[in-house]
Amino acid sequence: MALDAANVPGPAAVTIASEADLIRVRQVLRAEANCAGFGLVDQTKLVTAGSELARNILNYATGGRGQVLVEQLLGGGRPGVRATFSDDGPGIGNVEAALTDGFSTGGGLGLGLPGCRRLMDELRISSAPGSGTTVVIVKWTR
Amino acid sequence: MKVDVPMTRIGGTLLVTLRGELDDTAVTVIEDQVTREVARAATEGTLIDVSGLDVIDSFIARVISRMVGMVRLLGSNAAVVGIQPAVALTLVEFGVPMGHLHTALNVEQGMALLRRLHRDGARCG
Repeated sequence: MALDAANVPGPAAVTIASEADLIRVRQVLRAEANCAGFGLVDQTKLVTAGSELARNILNYATGGRGQVLVEQLLGGGRPGVRATFSDDGPGIGNVEAALTDGFSTGGGLGLGLPGCRRLMDELRISSAPGSGTTVVIVKWTR
Repeated sequence: MKVDVPMTRIGGTLLVTLRGELDDTAVTVIEDQVTREVARAATEGTLIDVSGLDVIDSFIARVISRMVGMVRLLGSNAAVVGIQPAVALTLVEFGVPMGHLHTALNVEQGMALLRRLHRDGARCG
């Protein structure tokens, strides 16, 4: 499916500060995935990964606050969706470890980052202790 | 927080229907109310119908799993029914362990599964 550049919707930003925003994030991602022409499975994967990352912000970021920016992509003629989750929280000291199954900084539940990476085509983390965390996920249509 | 928990009794079975957009508080309120109802009514079996959920993330999955565990401890057989195929695929790929749960395709097959579990349990016990 070719997307006319004029039909690509503008980026959508959602502030993440409460559980209600978790649902808002899921809805926005669902709408953007639909718009990009994702099948049901890829839609579900994107929404699920987004739900995990939004919850990480609620649980771990300072004041439980952050935001997500959702954008449509067109790479080599293929539509995709990128979601950028950012917060000013304590940051992740060891990003490599956080991407390893079974890793957790506390609570024993893990951050779900390895799972999110398996659901997405791309997942990038930039973080340092004290300087917040940015997680970028990308999913392309097949 | 006010959460409507759709619970129906069918004979000795409690049918719990999860649907729509659930935030974390709603999921834990449902868990609490279902556990209370199983204890109060001494239900023989409990079916958790998740066919109305488009998304089951790791938190929701964990609470469902925990709810099944508690219901079993109370002496009621429990099964999760109606997991949508796209949701099942996502859960497996994400790596949420749900393989230990009794599951069935739909409510009807879930009822048959509970009858079988009840019969086998009676035979063993």
